[in-house]
Amino acid sequence: MIVDVNVHLSRWPFRRLACDELPRLIEKLQAGGVDQAWAASFDAVFHKDVAAVNSRLAADCRKTRPGMLLPFGTVNPTLPDWREDVRRCHEEHKMPGVRLYPGYHGYALDAPELAELLTMAEERGLVVQVVVRLEDTRMQHPLMRVEDVDPKPLAELVAARPKLRVVVLNALKGVRAGVLAALVAAGQVYFEISMLEGVEGIANLLGQVPAERLLFGSHLPMFVLESALLKLQESELTAAQIEAITHGNAERLLNG
Amino acid sequence: MNSSDCRVTRRAVLVRAAQAAVAAGVASRCQLAAAEKSPARFPDYEIWDMHGHLTSPGATPKEKITNLLRAADRMGIERVIVFMGYPWTYEPTPDDMRRENDQVLEAVAGSGGRAYGFVYVNPRHTEASLAEMDRCIEGGPMVGVKLWVAVRCFEECLDPIVERATELKAPVLQHTWYKITGNLPGESTAGDLAILAARHPKATFIAAHTGGDWELGIRAIRGLPNVTAEICGGNPTAGFVEMAVRELGAERVMYGSDYSGRSFASQLAKVYGADISEEAKRLILAGNIKRMLAPIFKAKGMTL
Repeated sequence: MIVDVNVHLSRWPFRRLACDELPRLIEKLQAGGVDQAWAASFDAVFHKDVAAVNSRLAADCRKTRPGMLLPFGTVNPTLPDWREDVRRCHEEHKMPGVRLYPGYHGYALDAPELAELLTMAEERGLVVQVVVRLEDTRMQHPLMRVEDVDPKPLAELVAARPKLRVVVLNALKGVRAGVLAALVAAGQVYFEISMLEGVEGIANLLGQVPAERLLFGSHLPMFVLESALLKLQESELTAAQIEAITHGNAERLLNG
Repeated sequence: MNSSDCRVTRRAVLVRAAQAAVAAGVASRCQLAAAEKSPARFPDYEIWDMHGHLTSPGATPKEKITNLLRAADRMGIERVIVFMGYPWTYEPTPDDMRRENDQVLEAVAGSGGRAYGFVYVNPRHTEASLAEMDRCIEGGPMVGVKLWVAVRCFEECLDPIVERATELKAPVLQHTWYKITGNLPGESTAGDLAILAARHPKATFIAAHTGGDWELGIRAIRGLPNVTAEICGGNPTAGFVEMAVRELGAERVMYGSDYSGRSFASQLAKVYGADISEEAKRLILAGNIKRMLAPIFKAKGMTL
C-alpha cells in the first residue's frame, strides 16, 4: 500500500502535463500502486477565488472511489476573510487538511496571520501542508519568479502548538540539515521525498530525519511518479522503514 | 562483469525488493509475481549512465567508485561514465587538470571495467588541455572530453580542442545551462554549444543537462545533428524526454544522472516515466552512448 501525500489536480499554467486531467492522473496512480493521494489544486496557487477552487477540488475528489483522493484545500492568509476558507475546508468539505503556498501567495512564515491560521488548524485538527517550492528556481518563467520558502520559522510555531501536524512539501532539495533537525525536534513535522536527491538519498537522509517522519510524495503531475517509486529501490531499506514511509506514517498522521 | 551478469543482478534485486515489500504489506502478491516476471513498470533495460562524478563516500577514487557501483547495481546500471576529480575547480590550472584526471584514471582502473573516463580540460590553457587529451585519451583509457564552466564554449580557444577530439574519435561533453537566476561568467548555454557545433560539423557533441531549462535547450540544439541532448541534473519534470524525442529524435537523447549529487532514481524516472516507445527508451538508456563510443572503442581495441 502506498499513500502519496503530494499530488495536484488541474493545470500548471506554463506547461501541459501528461497527468493534468483527472482520469489520466487516477490511472497513473493506480498503475504505480498508489492507493491514496492527498490532493490540492494548481488553481489554488494562482486564483484569487480560492473558495471556488476548494469546492471544485472537493467535487473532483468525490468522483473517485472513496479514500482514493483526499482533498487538501488551500488557504491564502493574505486574502480578505481567509478564516472563512478554513471553516469551509473543515466543516463543509470535510477536508483532513489544508495546503499553503507562502512563496506564491507572498508571505513569510513569521507573518502573524500564519500563526493564527496554524492555531485554527490545531484547534480543528487539520493537517497543514506547507509548500517550500514547486519548481527549480533557476528554470522559472521569467514573468513568474518565486523564491523558495525558508521553513526555519516553522520550528518555533510548531513547538508552541504541540497538537499541530505539519507536512513540509518539496523541501528536501536545498533545506539545510540543521533546519531539518530543528523542525524534527520542534514537534509533529513530516517531510516527503519527491525532491530528495543524491544517490541512495533516503538512506542518507535517515541520519538527519528519522524514518517515522518521512512520507511518500511524488509531486505528480509536475514530476513523473516513477521518481519517488524508484527512490524506494535505490536505498537499502528495511521492511519496517518501507512500510513506515509508504503508508504507515501517513495513516498515523492522518488519524491524529 | 558482463551485461548478462548485471541483468541477473538487477532482476534479483527487484525480486528481493518486491519480496520485502510484500512482507511489509506494501506490495501485493500480484506485484511480487510481476517483479519475478520482470515487471512492465521497471523493465530489464540495459543502462549506461552517461554523466557522474567522484562524489560518493570513500577515501580514495577506488573506494568512491566501488561505493557508487554498489548503488548502481541496485538500479540495474551496468556502466558509468565519470569525469572530474575532487575538489572541483571552475577554472582548473594545468596542475588541477592533471590531479583531477589522475583521480578519474584511478577510479576507472578500480572499477572492474565498468567505468569509463572523460578527460577534464580548461580551454583557457589550450596547450595543457591538448597535452591532457594526449595523455589520457591517446595514451590512456579515457574515451571523451569534458568541458565545464571555465569558458563559454563558443570562444575560439575551443577550436583546437574540438579538432583534436575529432581526430581521436572522442565525443565532447559540454555542460550547458540557461539560468533565469544568472549563469556563472564562463558557463555555457545550449545556444553557445550550437554555435560551436556549427563550426565543427564532423565533431560529436553532448549537451549535458540539455541546457537545464530543457524547453529552451532542446530548441537551441535541434538544428545541429551532431549534438545529442543528455538529460541529467534537473528535476524529474514530466514532459522533458517526450519533448526531446519529439524534436530531436530518440537517437539524439541520452540518459545520465549527474551522480552522486543527483539520484539515479529521479533521473532514470525521466525515461521510465516518459510516454515514448520501448525502443526509444532502450536507445536513450544505453543504445545511443554505445553507438557514439563505438568508433573510439574500436580505435583503442576495447569491446563494448
